[in-house]
Amino acid sequence: MKPLSAVNDFVVKFANVNGSGSASANELFAKAIIRMGVPVSPRNIFPSNIQGLPTWYEVRVTEKGHLGRRGGVDFMVAMNPQTWDGDVKELEPGGYLFFDNAKSLPASRFREDVNVIGMPLTEISNSTYVDARERQLMKNIVYLGALAFLLGIEHTEIEKLFSEQYKGKERLLDSNKKALRLGRDYATAHFKPVGLKVERRDFVGDRIFIEGNSAAALGCVYGGASVCAWYPITPSSSIAEAFAKWCQKYRVDAETGKNKFAIVQAEDELASIGMVVGAGWNGARSFTATSGPGVSLMQEFIGLAYFAEIPVTIINVQRGGPSTGMPTRTQQSDVLSCAYASHGDTKHVLLFPEDPYECFEMSATALDLADRLQTPIFVMTDLDIGMNQRLCKPFAWDDKRAYDRGKVMTHDDLENGKVFGRYLDVDGDGIPFRTYPGTHPTKGAYFTRGTSRDRYAKYSESGIDYVDNMSRLLRKFETAKELVPQPVVQQGSHKSKLGVIFYGSTSPAMSEAMEMLESSRVYVDTLRILAFPFSHAVTDFIASHDQVFVVEQNRDGQLRTLLVAELNIDPAKLIPVLHYDGTPITARFIVKEVSQMATALKVTPMRKTVHGGSAE
Amino acid sequence: MTFIAKPKLHHPTLALNNVGYTRRDYEGTVSTLCAGCGHDSISAAIIQACWELDIEPHRVAKLSGIGCSSKTPTYFLGNSHGFNTVHGRMPSVLTGANLANSELLYLGVSGDGDSASIGLGQFAHVMRRGVNMTYIVENNGVYGLTKGQFSATADQGSKSKRGVVNRDSPIDLASLALQLGATFVGRSFSGDKQQLVPLIKAAIEHQGAAFIDVVSPCVAFNNHAGSTKSYDYIREHNEAVNRLDFIPLRSEITVDYGKGEVTAVRQHDGSTLLLRKLHESYDPTNRVAAMNYIQERQAQGEIVTGLLYVDAEPQDLHVHLNTRPGAFNRMNEAELCPGSAALDKLNAGLR
Repeated sequence: MKPLSAVNDFVVKFANVNGSGSASANELFAKAIIRMGVPVSPRNIFPSNIQGLPTWYEVRVTEKGHLGRRGGVDFMVAMNPQTWDGDVKELEPGGYLFFDNAKSLPASRFREDVNVIGMPLTEISNSTYVDARERQLMKNIVYLGALAFLLGIEHTEIEKLFSEQYKGKERLLDSNKKALRLGRDYATAHFKPVGLKVERRDFVGDRIFIEGNSAAALGCVYGGASVCAWYPITPSSSIAEAFAKWCQKYRVDAETGKNKFAIVQAEDELASIGMVVGAGWNGARSFTATSGPGVSLMQEFIGLAYFAEIPVTIINVQRGGPSTGMPTRTQQSDVLSCAYASHGDTKHVLLFPEDPYECFEMSATALDLADRLQTPIFVMTDLDIGMNQRLCKPFAWDDKRAYDRGKVMTHDDLENGKVFGRYLDVDGDGIPFRTYPGTHPTKGAYFTRGTSRDRYAKYSESGIDYVDNMSRLLRKFETAKELVPQPVVQQGSHKSKLGVIFYGSTSPAMSEAMEMLESSRVYVDTLRILAFPFSHAVTDFIASHDQVFVVEQNRDGQLRTLLVAELNIDPAKLIPVLHYDGTPITARFIVKEVSQMATALKVTPMRKTVHGGSAE
Repeated sequence: MTFIAKPKLHHPTLALNNVGYTRRDYEGTVSTLCAGCGHDSISAAIIQACWELDIEPHRVAKLSGIGCSSKTPTYFLGNSHGFNTVHGRMPSVLTGANLANSELLYLGVSGDGDSASIGLGQFAHVMRRGVNMTYIVENNGVYGLTKGQFSATADQGSKSKRGVVNRDSPIDLASLALQLGATFVGRSFSGDKQQLVPLIKAAIEHQGAAFIDVVSPCVAFNNHAGSTKSYDYIREHNEAVNRLDFIPLRSEITVDYGKGEVTAVRQHDGSTLLLRKLHESYDPTNRVAAMNYIQERQAQGEIVTGLLYVDAEPQDLHVHLNTRPGAFNRMNEAELCPGSAALDKLNAGLR
């Protein structure tokens, strides 16, 4: 079997044990390659556990910049005997298996068609370090040193990263540098570089490398959120934690030392959304971050916020459902439960970011939209974007950007005789004016309730008042169509009757899939949905194609259902392409599904008029 | 019925308080509760307390859950913003509202079903967080709106109107509030305005989590023989620990009480609580003693009323969170947004 050979285009996977301290070494590996100007796309694959269970870190080295997961593994760092068999199996033929030969391994061994590289990592580490924890940690750095040699990663880049990471902690810095050298020296003496190689390029540009959750939290800071109430749940917890970190950095009053923010870890999800509702009612920008089970618990309050028209921002980092499902795996399976959250007739605005850049941007936008529309806004991210570092455009902020506080009647407005009716549709856009509590001694006070009321907020069980209110809420939802981020359409290089609709974290796999499909002469146009309600561009796109694939990461084609229900589309026109095993969707999967079905449809791409036998 | 508007006219000679309002300005719409409902007496006491304290009505935010008691905020302080939230979850909404604007006075009104049954969790946490508010439970031991089911405060052995005997142990919210760290705990009876009004006034001025459990008989479903929350039963079993007068610091009222009979408790905001002790041994500043006393008297079949506990130096949630004073809804872009220069710097650190 010929060993695999590639430059800047391969997948390395680290199989470790949760709690062994490998995360930091693995991240350094990815970052060093980025510093060499070569894009990478790493993913954490981890169990719902603190210590002891298997964990993986997969790094796709990709000169072309594909940020989706590729599938398959070319170089396996097999550090976990428990998962050995599965890890070995995952290797592509001709791939490389790197392992610690100082430890005994399960009897099943090695495949004939892979290249085995054994190195006594435990022995090297134990002979140098005394402390048990240090031995464990440094073993990870030792293999990093060996990999740098085997794959051609510049040693100096890793050392620079050490210096940044351990600034002011000389002992740690020295210890890490030493372990790195031990690994490199052993590898240099015993091995030759393998066929997979990292070569310096300039393909990263000014992009940044960050997790979606951290980016979403920063978006909340920039978007002016001052109240955050939350309850810990994987994979969203790091949003509130990052929000606290960013607030400490940017929101502490320099003179008084007082906080210009309030963060409460609530007793449960019900209380967290309740606090957000209370703060929103009182005019502060507020948000919560949660995941599927949290959204389930918040339903009642979401309905209240919808009906009582209170600004609320909910960042939902989706994970595998239903029930506890797969808490540490990714899915896009809360689309319907969020779009129609709570009992009765409700419709909610959903935003679908594709990467950390959009997590930042859309979280800030969500706060504006919540105030403008006086309703819950969901930012529908997922574990894949939320908990993995990804390369993305640098964050940008226009200092002239003003917060949209929506329709708020002030003391002076009331004093100057403006008529206030809490649920009056004064502008025909379905959005009424509100007042903040405490605005005026005699005017503008009203009673907020989840019970039906008339236009002046007076309790009413009259059917006419109820219908009037509910149809105004629909008008407001129509208005939302124009305010939410608009879809992005990309035409294939040839005119096609086939379309693909996708959204959120599927984005990088889809753009790669489109290239692959084109190279096998399957031409498609794509439309990326950025928000619900769907704008007219979505209807137009579907209308202008014979068949449209809807690619999503759930079992039941939830976005497809929403398209059928909301746009009254013939279901036969929308073909589901569904990936829901909890791993991020790959381009390979999309290509396989789409090309198989496209063939089955016997739909050939439309060609322009043929002249002299050749197509233009 | 709520759609019947109260006449806005009032007698021109009605007394004005120091902020220029008559007592009528503190009223709301006409109550839709049953005639004789204890809750209406509590609404009247709230109106009286706010008028006497010279509170501008629009500076109060009144929040409630669901149930008969939770309807009552409509019947007082018509010029205040009100929020009838969801069942049992008013505390979280009040907490959020308070975080957003510490300048308003927060009045939470709830019932025994709302706070002790469905909402026990939120009740517990709002007390332990020390949210600056006055939290009044209008406690009748029964679900009125759904016609007479027991709530979690119904006493063991008490009978429903249909003759069903309650077998479960009751939850005593005052004891619970004490254990959870409320810095002001009182109990009263809706029919005892003399005790209730000063208690509410003191709670409003208290700069922390103030809780008042008010036994408020339900005339429709819990005012019969066999009920332990009926008017007759409470009158017979009420054990008042103290009689109170509340004197805000800004007021010049003096009280003429005999020496040795009065304990003055100076609160953190500078106002003073004057307590006429009925029991020489009762010390309302001792949390543990208060818990013991309530339990002891309860074992004797007595309902202890009055100011049960007060911490004169309370800390509230804003102190715990070190938040800046003022309303968050007034913070603008300059205060909230770090701006593009900070972002450029941050971007540079992420490469």
